[in-house]
Amino acid sequence: MSDIKVSIQGLYKIFGDNPDTAMQHVADGMDKATLLDEHGHVLGLQDINVDMRAGEVTVIMGLSGSGKSTLIRHINRLIDPTAGKVLIDGENVLDYDAAQLREMRQRRMSMVFQKFALLPHRTVLQNAGMSPRIRGEEAEAIEKAAQKWLERVGLAGFEDSYPHQLSGGMQQRVGLARALASDSDIMLMDEAFSALDPLIRSDMQDLLLELQKDLHKTIIFITHDLDEALKLADHLVILKDGYVVQQGEPQHILLNPNDPYIEDFVSDINRARVLRVRSVMKPVNGYADFAGVVDADDTLENLIELSEGDTTRRYLVQRDGDDVGVLDMKALVRALVPQHTADRGSIR
Amino acid sequence: MANYESALNALGLEEWCSSEANDGPVTMAELLARAGAEKETSAWDIPFPSLDTLNKACPPIPRARDMTDGVEQAFIDIKNPLKAVLDPLTEPLSWALDGSLALFQALPWYVLIPLLLLLVWAVTRSGRLVGFVAVSFLFLSFVDLYVPAIQTLSIIFVCTAISVLLGVPIGILMARSNTLQRILVPVLDMLQTLPTFVYLIPLIYLFSVTESKLYGIAIILYAVVPVVRLTNLGIRLVDRDVIEAADAFGMTARQKLLGVQIPLALPNIMAGVNQTIMMSLAMVVIASLVSAPGLGVLVLQGIRELELGVGLVSGFAIVLLAIILDRVTKASLARINTTQSH
Repeated sequence: MSDIKVSIQGLYKIFGDNPDTAMQHVADGMDKATLLDEHGHVLGLQDINVDMRAGEVTVIMGLSGSGKSTLIRHINRLIDPTAGKVLIDGENVLDYDAAQLREMRQRRMSMVFQKFALLPHRTVLQNAGMSPRIRGEEAEAIEKAAQKWLERVGLAGFEDSYPHQLSGGMQQRVGLARALASDSDIMLMDEAFSALDPLIRSDMQDLLLELQKDLHKTIIFITHDLDEALKLADHLVILKDGYVVQQGEPQHILLNPNDPYIEDFVSDINRARVLRVRSVMKPVNGYADFAGVVDADDTLENLIELSEGDTTRRYLVQRDGDDVGVLDMKALVRALVPQHTADRGSIR
Repeated sequence: MANYESALNALGLEEWCSSEANDGPVTMAELLARAGAEKETSAWDIPFPSLDTLNKACPPIPRARDMTDGVEQAFIDIKNPLKAVLDPLTEPLSWALDGSLALFQALPWYVLIPLLLLLVWAVTRSGRLVGFVAVSFLFLSFVDLYVPAIQTLSIIFVCTAISVLLGVPIGILMARSNTLQRILVPVLDMLQTLPTFVYLIPLIYLFSVTESKLYGIAIILYAVVPVVRLTNLGIRLVDRDVIEAADAFGMTARQKLLGVQIPLALPNIMAGVNQTIMMSLAMVVIASLVSAPGLGVLVLQGIRELELGVGLVSGFAIVLLAIILDRVTKASLARINTTQSH
């Protein structure tokens, strides 16, 4: 496994006139509702502990008001926490002075916004080159970088347009090119695709995954859409009312939800399309008589199609040519049944 | 007369009241009262206990007239130190106004009018507007109002330029600090609502009427308000998401101001400049009372000497100038808007 790039430790954020006093109450065990009623302070985030690995996509998911946008803004300190640490490459960002902070935002982090937040008075090319221009690089180098990334996101030919002349999807491609042109390791994406039409959103997700295959950035992605979260996430963090309900590998959360809140969330999705063979396969234990060979990353939906609905079949699972497991179609069908924490163990 | 005597006596002020009489100047009302017989007053018409009424009951209490005299005296007392500070500070304004007037009048009409038309073309790129301005100026020159119109225009140019130079930075500071905004908004309100003549009274005391800065200051104080207000508003209205993006990519405060805030606030700032120009035009007419040259002088002549025709024609010339200035600034504002609409 790769190194931990961003680590959030014991993070609290309290909104109000006197957060430090309120923090004392929280440390003494006061809950969110009492704090609001008796002291008029809002507990935005409570005791967040998340490790984000280099080269992975960490998705933070939650409904509106769950504190996810507040959380991502702590990583580049657009918002300062009331308590806790934010470690990036092992350094506590909260110890940085203004110059160090600016240096970090210029070189080590970039951000993509829900509402694009492009400069309306600059051309697409100038927008894409915003980060190197802020760093004061030479005009030629700026243009080259901007041009390269615009081509990479499929916007060649639109260099001299202005943002308002482009559609939403194209504007967000500019936003993406702008973030990539900063050449930073860490990319923060705040509901980056939420404002787009479903089809365009899906295109953008594919584009991001394709870019990620080559670039291996540390991406922190905020969304309220579970399908999007499951499609992109290597590591999924589910937030509710400012605390982490569950975090882990998305397939694992889907198969083992630990909270009714998450069960509600996952009950609506098409499990066959999201779950992968690797999550339901068993170890190779001298089985023989395989109906065929499948890839570990195939979705169950593909497999159902392949098996033509015959639940007696059994497949050999391979990854990069090696046998890694066996998939029984009956196990597959069982995995499609949503679990409920309440009756887990009692019926089965 | 005896209305408040007993009340003051009850307060134990009898001795103080009879101690010394106030010997300020006698007002006309008092002279009249002395001549006539003293009237009996019923409870029905008890006068309001104002300074004058109380003074009758108790002479050491100052009259209203003494109070205004006091204000005047206080102003006269601070006048010299104030003048010592303000005079050198505002001297460049006189130079600018005089220099500009001299320059505008030194250029022959066949140079100045094409130059103005070129300027209109540069900021608006509109052939129709250039044509309109050309016809207007030829008309003004034809009816022999060329010189006063040019003088008025020169004063407006200088005062607007200085208003923008002062107003934009003040507006920017105001947008950055809520405290400063709370302090400045009442000041701006006052500058805008104070009757224009009231500016002139203390200014006449401070500076000589022959100095051009006298009317320059009066115009600028009045005209600077909209550009300050709209710069403040424009910068506060810049899309918060864009500002957040600028922060997230590590812009310095300077990069943010010059690269994001001012360009995005420019339509509002230009609307403020348009208002500033219109207000300096309004003030330049009144400023003729304190020796500002230009069309206002002719309007004043119309009033003073009942020369109806002179007053009306020069009034029309002012309207024509106003239309020209308004259309030209609005057209350049529209050009800014189309290049950066959202």
